[in-house]
Amino acid sequence: MKVAVVRFWGSNCDHDAIEWAPRVLGLASEVIWYEERELRGADLVVLPGGFSYGDYLRPGAMAARTPVMEAVIAHARRGGLVIGICNGFQVLCEVGLLPGALLRNQTLTFLHQEVVLRCETAGSPFTAGIGKGRLLRMPIAHGDGNYFADAATLSRLKDEDRVAFRYVDAEGGLDPAHNPNGSLDAIAGILSEGRNVLGMMPHPERASEALLGSSDGAEILQSVLGSFQRA
Amino acid sequence: MADPKVTRALALQHGLTDEEWEKALSILGRTPSYPELGIFSVMWSEHCSYKSSRVHLRRFPTKGPRVLQGPGENAGVVDIGDGWAVCFKMESHNHPSYIEPYQGAATGVGGILRDVFTMGARPIANLNGLFFGRPDHPKTAHLMKGVVAGIGDYGNCIGVPTVGGQVTFNPCYDGNILVNAFTLGLLRADKIFRGYASGVGNPVLYVGSKTGRDGIHGATMASAEFSEATEEKRPTVQVGDPFTEKLLLEACLELMAEDVIVGIQDMGAAGLTSSSFEMAGRAGSGIRLDLDRVPMRESGMTPYEILLSESQERMLIVAEQGREARVREIFHRWGLDAVAIGEVTDTGRAEIFWHGERVVDMPVGPVSDQAPAYERPMREPAGLQSRTALDVASLPPVAPAAALLALMGHPDLCSRRWVTTQYDQTVRTNTVLGPGADAALVRIKGTTKAVAMSLDVNPRYCKLDPFEGGRLAVAESARNVACVGAKPLALTDCLNFGNPEKPEVMWEFARSVDGISEAAAAMETPVVSGNVSFYNETNGVGIHPTPTIGMVGLLEEVDARLDPAFKEPGDAIVLLGETFGHLGGSAALWVLFGLEAGSPPSLDLSAELRLIALLQELAAHGLARSAHDCSEGGLLVTVAECGLASGSTLGADLSLATRGLSPLARLFGEDASRAVVTAPRGGEQGVLETAARLNVPAAVIGTVRRERLVVRLDGNPAADLSMAQLRAAWENGLRPIVG
Repeated sequence: MKVAVVRFWGSNCDHDAIEWAPRVLGLASEVIWYEERELRGADLVVLPGGFSYGDYLRPGAMAARTPVMEAVIAHARRGGLVIGICNGFQVLCEVGLLPGALLRNQTLTFLHQEVVLRCETAGSPFTAGIGKGRLLRMPIAHGDGNYFADAATLSRLKDEDRVAFRYVDAEGGLDPAHNPNGSLDAIAGILSEGRNVLGMMPHPERASEALLGSSDGAEILQSVLGSFQRA
Repeated sequence: MADPKVTRALALQHGLTDEEWEKALSILGRTPSYPELGIFSVMWSEHCSYKSSRVHLRRFPTKGPRVLQGPGENAGVVDIGDGWAVCFKMESHNHPSYIEPYQGAATGVGGILRDVFTMGARPIANLNGLFFGRPDHPKTAHLMKGVVAGIGDYGNCIGVPTVGGQVTFNPCYDGNILVNAFTLGLLRADKIFRGYASGVGNPVLYVGSKTGRDGIHGATMASAEFSEATEEKRPTVQVGDPFTEKLLLEACLELMAEDVIVGIQDMGAAGLTSSSFEMAGRAGSGIRLDLDRVPMRESGMTPYEILLSESQERMLIVAEQGREARVREIFHRWGLDAVAIGEVTDTGRAEIFWHGERVVDMPVGPVSDQAPAYERPMREPAGLQSRTALDVASLPPVAPAAALLALMGHPDLCSRRWVTTQYDQTVRTNTVLGPGADAALVRIKGTTKAVAMSLDVNPRYCKLDPFEGGRLAVAESARNVACVGAKPLALTDCLNFGNPEKPEVMWEFARSVDGISEAAAAMETPVVSGNVSFYNETNGVGIHPTPTIGMVGLLEEVDARLDPAFKEPGDAIVLLGETFGHLGGSAALWVLFGLEAGSPPSLDLSAELRLIALLQELAAHGLARSAHDCSEGGLLVTVAECGLASGSTLGADLSLATRGLSPLARLFGEDASRAVVTAPRGGEQGVLETAARLNVPAAVIGTVRRERLVVRLDGNPAADLSMAQLRAAWENGLRPIVG
């Protein structure tokens, strides 16, 4: 499996994302500059977190209009795998690969904290190896992570089993007190219609070794590799 | 618009003294031009010249086997082995943060980040020391919200984690808050970049953002007292753009990976003026600049304005001759300007042109490193003796449980969660211990090492005894670093004081410097960088002396670390160090009785060194399960914090003997050189034996238990609280301020 990480001007989680596959899977990451139009044969494309263009417009709005995103869209339309983390999720919503939008956090402040996620479906390459109902611990770090979609979109996401992760309490229960940014239906991550694109606000790449407090995030990449090898 | 005529009166308006004006005339042998007057005024401002502090700062120990770069550069550099080094510094952004809290604090972070990456280091950790006025002051909430958001937004956007710091409230900061920003970066020990303009004919390049009219005379503003009229100075506060700084960071580091740069310096305070004069001054060279080539954000700017602008996110680079094209190529890739605006000369003069006309012609040395330096008069403040007189026996008795709840819920001691959740603490995937630990711990990838960092100062101690307060700040920050298992290596400082023209302030400053020097020498932690901020006064009232210490330590094996959280019920709790029950300057006196009185605890540096060695040994040999510095608030607050750090599920059963001390002194006294550690049941013997071997007093004072904190004094019940109750008080402490 070939992994590529897209680097926009202000991607500040680029190094974290670039080091993710080598650390977890022992696979190298290609780095793709935002001006490139080719993904160099990547099977999995990671859109990292950060403030791709400073977020002075809507987060992700500028990145959505870069040359590399045309290639990412084409890759996704062909069924290629894409993970957008944090700002990467915002970019995926801006280009329309994922539905909905990420609004300002309900607190109106940036929020960094550890959250507990519940895996809501095993039906994707990213979650097949994790399993429905499993709890994962990892940090969030964003100012605009409050997921929103209209009622029709939300019910479609649910009907099609496309909610990948929800924010839950330590026991795995839904609780508004544990939905830090006020996301609709406690949604932390969603899948595309083809289930080959995942967008999530929490940072699995920051929770992929025990030294940093959690290695749960590694399971997402391990799941992708497992699915890839079976395919 | 024609420049105004330069006269003595105009010079005085620019903040020069009569004496300095005469000196300027004699250096030039003529009346300065208007831009030259601007240069004198900023270069000789307190902020840039350290004219009141230089003679004192010489007393700091600055050398050591690990010091690769001491004071005098953009930041200090310390060797951590295996070819790696860390570069760090702390700087104040006090006045701008009071006038415009969001931008003031944000640009403070931006400035210190540039100081570090200009040395060739990638910033990997930010910390900050914040000092606000009394919690119920009408401005405190506004200032705190703005400062925290400004710090967060800047660091979060550029992608440097904020991993720790200090937040303190005191009425002395009502009209003059302090924002002290610390950054640490990582670099190869043999790839340090410095601010040298050397090599005759080498091009001088301007890189980064364009120049606007913002921040003109920011350095001069930082060199005068405050008054109501200061609100009018809002235009002197710079506006930060962390996204551009991110581009500048990446472009600079990319450029530094190639052999292109001779010297590089941030355009910080006093902008293009200070960077060009300081770079030429260090190299003993001259510099020629064509100001009309400076990229400008607005039209109609004058040479005076361009020279004094403090627009952010700019750097001055001296490149190898013939390599300008490569510099431009890299910067353009990151969307930034890179323009050759001059060259290095051998004249020893700064010659600055505007459309071919010479507007500045000054000798570099006399303006930069030979700036005025003053031995200002000093006098011990009247009334200090009466302040330090404290009759503890006259204090009414307190109920320990109520006192503990009051302390844990006080803004000085309560949870910082509202603040720290606004900071990205884990970006760059190095954060092993973040806010809440005694010291932040950031691992160094590709090694087994981690770097520990702690900011500390107790302004109450410093007010009551600046010498002892300075020593205690160094000792406590070193102890904090040792509590995670690391060895203290070196420190940076941010010395925040009132008006140095007042002999009492100068006395406090000199005494603090002496205290820091003595402790730093004893700890073998040299001062490698720092900053002085004077004139922290509003309407004639100065702040408490606040010499913030930023201590950096090294943990060779990151797996052998300690944190403050209790781990298992039944673990033995051991108090290290000696308890005298000292209440002078304590949090208990302040929170329970509103008293800032007495003298701070006395510090035995050799006892402190033994404790620090013990803590490192306990960590290295896995003898302890947790460790926490016992300082502000005393023993009971420390134990409560260890329980809260466990997620509030664990508390303690403590059994203490009063040994002639009042319950207040026994439970809440603040003695130096103490720490609370835990060991697994039966493992306490190992702790006690190691302590005995290193000659540190140690005693088992209780055991870790579930859910409650129970205290017995001389066998009698003294306090019994649920951890949930303590947690509620602790978590809601900032609520009255920030909602």
